[in-house]
Amino acid sequence: MSVVAENLFWGVKRRTIVSDVSLTVAPGETLGLIGPNGSGKSSLLRLLAGLRRPTSGHVEINGQDVTQVSRKALSREVAFVQQSSATDTNVTVADVVRLGRTPHRSALAGWSETDEAAVGEALESVGMTSRKRQSWQTLSGGERQRVHIARALAQTPKVMFLDEPTNHLDIHHQIEILRMVRDLDLTSIIALHDLNLAAMFCDRIVVLQQGAICACGTPQAVLTRDTLRDVFRVSAHIGVSEDAGRPHIRFSAE
Amino acid sequence: MDRGMVRLGLLTLVSAAVLAFAIAFATAIGDYTIGLGTVSLAITNGLGLTSAELPPIEESVVWDLRLSRALVAALAGAGLSLCGAILQALLRNPLAEPFVLGISAGASTGAVCVIVLGVGAGSLSLSAGAFAGAFAAFGVVAILSNGATSGPNHTILAGVAASQLFNALTSYIVTTSGNAEQARNVMFWLLGSFGGVRWPDVQLLMLIVPMGLALCIYLARALDAFTFGDEDAAALGVPVGRIRLVLFALTAVMTATIVSMVGAIGFVGLVVPHAARFVVGPMHMRLLPACAVIGAIFMVTADIVSRVIVAQQTVPIGVVTALVGVPFFAIILYRARPQA
Repeated sequence: MSVVAENLFWGVKRRTIVSDVSLTVAPGETLGLIGPNGSGKSSLLRLLAGLRRPTSGHVEINGQDVTQVSRKALSREVAFVQQSSATDTNVTVADVVRLGRTPHRSALAGWSETDEAAVGEALESVGMTSRKRQSWQTLSGGERQRVHIARALAQTPKVMFLDEPTNHLDIHHQIEILRMVRDLDLTSIIALHDLNLAAMFCDRIVVLQQGAICACGTPQAVLTRDTLRDVFRVSAHIGVSEDAGRPHIRFSAE
Repeated sequence: MDRGMVRLGLLTLVSAAVLAFAIAFATAIGDYTIGLGTVSLAITNGLGLTSAELPPIEESVVWDLRLSRALVAALAGAGLSLCGAILQALLRNPLAEPFVLGISAGASTGAVCVIVLGVGAGSLSLSAGAFAGAFAAFGVVAILSNGATSGPNHTILAGVAASQLFNALTSYIVTTSGNAEQARNVMFWLLGSFGGVRWPDVQLLMLIVPMGLALCIYLARALDAFTFGDEDAAALGVPVGRIRLVLFALTAVMTATIVSMVGAIGFVGLVVPHAARFVVGPMHMRLLPACAVIGAIFMVTADIVSRVIVAQQTVPIGVVTALVGVPFFAIILYRARPQA
């Protein structure tokens, strides 16, 4: 499914946080959203997912305005993984992943085989099947993140938004999660801090600066010395990695 | 049928039997002990199923006084426990209970206005005053917390503020214009009492509590989705603002009705949902019915204890629930320490 945003504006009080953002994400594409702290990545992600209403402008997912679709109908197609969400409730891993079936179930319907299959598959793809009876409270930060991703997968979405999904993960799981998301047959939009990971796994990258898009294109086109200096205020050397000629950034200490 | 269903069926049967036994026991016991045989005949007589010859006093004590009292206790216990479970889920706080929204404080101010100040000049009953006060407190909390859209901590803080405000108003009214007799009445009422309840009270609760249970079971999936907070609930397709408003209104109506009838009975709404979670787990489709049943049994039992613990005297029901509730509260506090 495609995601199209036109002239999005959003802010709190008088401060504009997202400023005139327009973008188009093709079906099946993996789009990276990068930018310094406070550049509006998380806010833009929530606007695109329909979790917040823009002050002006609109978002269409698969040609439908997200504010016109009911929350429930939208959640059958669109999943959102937050940066970190916690609970005090003593739930199991399986309980959490089952929550992903919420938009597919009517109020009093029983648990169907389709639900069970979706949950099983989701647990399998994040490698947590053997842990499904474990209590959520005993998981490490990285394991919790993988369970959240499994919950999003159990929604069987066509579009997935992820807000810094690789925070708290070790390098193996960072790469594994991003590879999995890229290889899934869905449109994904990922806010990322690690520029090299963005370069490795995204088809296209959008660079945000103070709420506005300042560059958009393939990793090669976007991740240039000039962008890194002007937007991220670092000096870096950009090489070419062995994977399919994607850029590789080496930051310099000086 | 799989084993889970069999277990659930068995649990339902057992709990229904325990509840029925507790209610029967509550009608048999008292200053004037009546045999269980007479009790069951008096009840079937009252329902029009039998027409056995019984001593009229015993029949009247069972049917008019004790059975209505036991049923109100059961329904009030069920209702307060449901409110506790709902608020703990919505506010994502293990210590939330109906009175955190300031409802009991508001009810007592309303009651004091009627008893002490004579608001309504005799046309308003204590219950009506308490009901109005409870809703006034709910309104203050709603305004302070910016309606249904603000975060859970904001709502709890607003509830604390409202409780303090209304408690201060109550104390002010009692100390400046009350006499000792009135103050004693207010105190007694504040601690809760099933003494004055009759069949019309049963009928009202029979309407409100089962309807509340049905509504929140219908919304059980949505309550589950709040596990990780409002935004995750929204991402799972729950219309967060609307659901919060409906459920807050439901808790306000149930709590205000119960408080205006039997006074502010603390700790039931806090303790019972936690106890129920130990038995059936945290998912609301099972938790809510379990809360209703355990709450009913707990309250009927507490009422029996309040009547027999001191001979010839009834201890306020709130004292009994608090004496059981406070140690439990300590256990919850201990367990709710942040996880490493």
